Amino acid sequence: MSETPPDIVEAQEICGRYPAGDAAGLFPALQGLQEALNYVPVTGVKVICEHLGVPLARAFSLATFYKAFSLSPKGKVIIRICTGTACHVRGAQRLIDEMTKELEIAPGETTEDLEFTLETTSCVGACAMAPVVSVGGRYQGPVKPGKLVKAIR
Amino acid sequence: MNDLRLSSVSELEEAAARARGVRDAREAEVLVCAGTGCLANGSAELKDALGEEIQAGGLEAKVEMFVKRTGCHGFCEKGPLVVIRPGGVCYQRVKVTDAKAIVEKTLVGGEVIERLTYKDPNTKERIEKREDIPFYARQKRVALRRSGSVDPTDIEDCLAEGGYRAMAKAFAKMTPDDVIDEVTRSGLRGRGGAGFPAGRKWRACRDAEGEPRHVVCNAGGLAESDPHAVLEGMAIGAYAVGASLGHVFIREEYPLALERVSRAVEQARERGLLGEDILGTGFDFDLRIVLAGGGFVAGESSAVIKSLAGEVGEPRAKYVRSAVMGLNGCPTVLNNVETWANVPLIIERGADAFRGIGTESSPGTKVLALGGRVKNTGIVEVPLGTSLRDIVCGAGGGVSGDRALVGIQIGGPSGGFVPTELLDTELDFDSLAALGSIMGNGGLVVMDDRTCVLDVARYFTHFLAEESCGKCAPCREGVPQLYEMLNEICEGRGEPEDLDKIRSLAEVVARASLCGLGKTAPNPVLTALRHFGDDIRAHIEEKKCPAGVCRALTTFQIDAELCNGCRVCAKNCPMESITGERKETHVINVEICDRCGICRSVCPSDAVVAV
Repeated sequence: MSETPPDIVEAQEICGRYPAGDAAGLFPALQGLQEALNYVPVTGVKVICEHLGVPLARAFSLATFYKAFSLSPKGKVIIRICTGTACHVRGAQRLIDEMTKELEIAPGETTEDLEFTLETTSCVGACAMAPVVSVGGRYQGPVKPGKLVKAIR
Repeated sequence: MNDLRLSSVSELEEAAARARGVRDAREAEVLVCAGTGCLANGSAELKDALGEEIQAGGLEAKVEMFVKRTGCHGFCEKGPLVVIRPGGVCYQRVKVTDAKAIVEKTLVGGEVIERLTYKDPNTKERIEKREDIPFYARQKRVALRRSGSVDPTDIEDCLAEGGYRAMAKAFAKMTPDDVIDEVTRSGLRGRGGAGFPAGRKWRACRDAEGEPRHVVCNAGGLAESDPHAVLEGMAIGAYAVGASLGHVFIREEYPLALERVSRAVEQARERGLLGEDILGTGFDFDLRIVLAGGGFVAGESSAVIKSLAGEVGEPRAKYVRSAVMGLNGCPTVLNNVETWANVPLIIERGADAFRGIGTESSPGTKVLALGGRVKNTGIVEVPLGTSLRDIVCGAGGGVSGDRALVGIQIGGPSGGFVPTELLDTELDFDSLAALGSIMGNGGLVVMDDRTCVLDVARYFTHFLAEESCGKCAPCREGVPQLYEMLNEICEGRGEPEDLDKIRSLAEVVARASLCGLGKTAPNPVLTALRHFGDDIRAHIEEKKCPAGVCRALTTFQIDAELCNGCRVCAKNCPMESITGERKETHVINVEICDRCGICRSVCPSDAVVAV
């Protein structure tokens, strides 16, 4: 017998937390999958939908609507450039341009080696540090152009 | 049952007295700000270092010294912030290496360390005490009354400062109708953006049919500094409308708020301040926390209610208000975090006291997030009715670098621009509406002569186009088209007739969209046209960006008269397009220059000019 892929195992474990056939578990179950795997793989979503008895379309309407869900795998290090108003006025775009050039990916994309994901985020509430970037969950700022490239190298 | 549980109002009073006793017995308290900004600047490490220094000095044994983390002090620009009580000495930009000096000199020696105090950039004077710093002196903290002085992770500290006293008063001495009447008389209006009278919403919910009823809080960063104020406000609201369950909706961008509200809910349950038979009054109320999936539209009231039900957060047409038919079809009161935080104070001090602040039509205060080109970036709370200029120049300390103030943008992405000549307008819901703006989320962005209004309007319109849920056509199709037209102008391809096209499309979007997002999405572009028409026409007719921001319309030059050859611009240029020897005039090679404007922002002598 072949080994069950990790995303299926994870999805099965999450199913255990919500009663079968109860559609109310869909949103938290997807959040659980996202948290565990950093994305929501189609295979895992199918397992959850079968368990909860909801159509796949409903799961995907949630997964594509909310920014919290990603349908493709993310990199080990997530670089989030805040594009809130304060950061915009203080040059967030320059940082995006710089990262796009350096990593050769657009915001929302992941490098081929799955090392980095580049994202933009709405205001993170640290406007005094604008422009703010979170690298692997740690806020930095104010980030000067050039400094970010050094930080990720 | 556990022994922490408070089962009557008098037990709550005793617990509060005990907590006050513990606090008052302390010789000194060192308050270290643990807001998002200060934490990112190392305030957690600073708190530990201060604790270690106190222990190392054997002070714990001699006098009781206490270091505590607090919610955001607001003055994020100067973080990490430390305040020492009693006395109120405020230190800013404190480093871990300063911990020893603070303990030895200030705590033991009673001496103020001048280099850590605030230096007024305008008068160059040092200011020792927090309340004397203009940033604080010009504020009136109501919703933020405990932010920055209590530990948001410790319910004891909150009880010592009067937490849950208003809830006890409401449950024990007031009927639900009394509570609604008091809130109605206070004139409290929803702080989430639209300014709908809270009392009227509560009354509509109470009078509607359907069980169980719900109260909902749309929470943001404010909840992380004083979560118990929000919980208490919600419990009072629940009692008033007859709800047994509350939902706190927290955006995923605010992990700190999630952590602190979760902890506060646990502590309140443990103390019997949430749950069954609260304080022996027979009233049951509990809270659950829901992590929002993100998105600006998901903050719209009917979208929040859909999200809470685990559905896609799209707004619905509001023929029937949520107060009448909300979550699962039951009456639901949704208020924003700041609105809830005001409620305990109204109950405790009365509607008249609340009305004593602010204006006739907009009583109370408003929390604003000051940002952009302003000296003091941070969170401020001012009485409604304060002039916009006073906010920028008072608490805000004026424009950074003392550049020319061109105007402000207020209300978040769907807010509007206000030009300098109208800054004497008083801050309230109605006066902002008259200018084509909204109170919105309370964001206030200061703009100087190097901020391009058109660029900022394009930025907001792009944001709103991205955030549109796509349910209704006017918003889904109209907002991206507005963005495209603004982008054409910024890129130098604007035509004179574009402005009329923009106006007529904006009107359709505003009138025909389903929810508040679409209805207000044209505000940035419309207010830009209304108040900054000359700047926008310059982009079209002269193909120039007066602020030197829009790259396609800007060329940078170095003024030979002003350049002192310091090389700062050359060192910072990412394109290596600036040449020139030290102490000699520098030159920008326009062929290589990509017009990012870094040289202009770093030049100490303002020698780089946009032409």
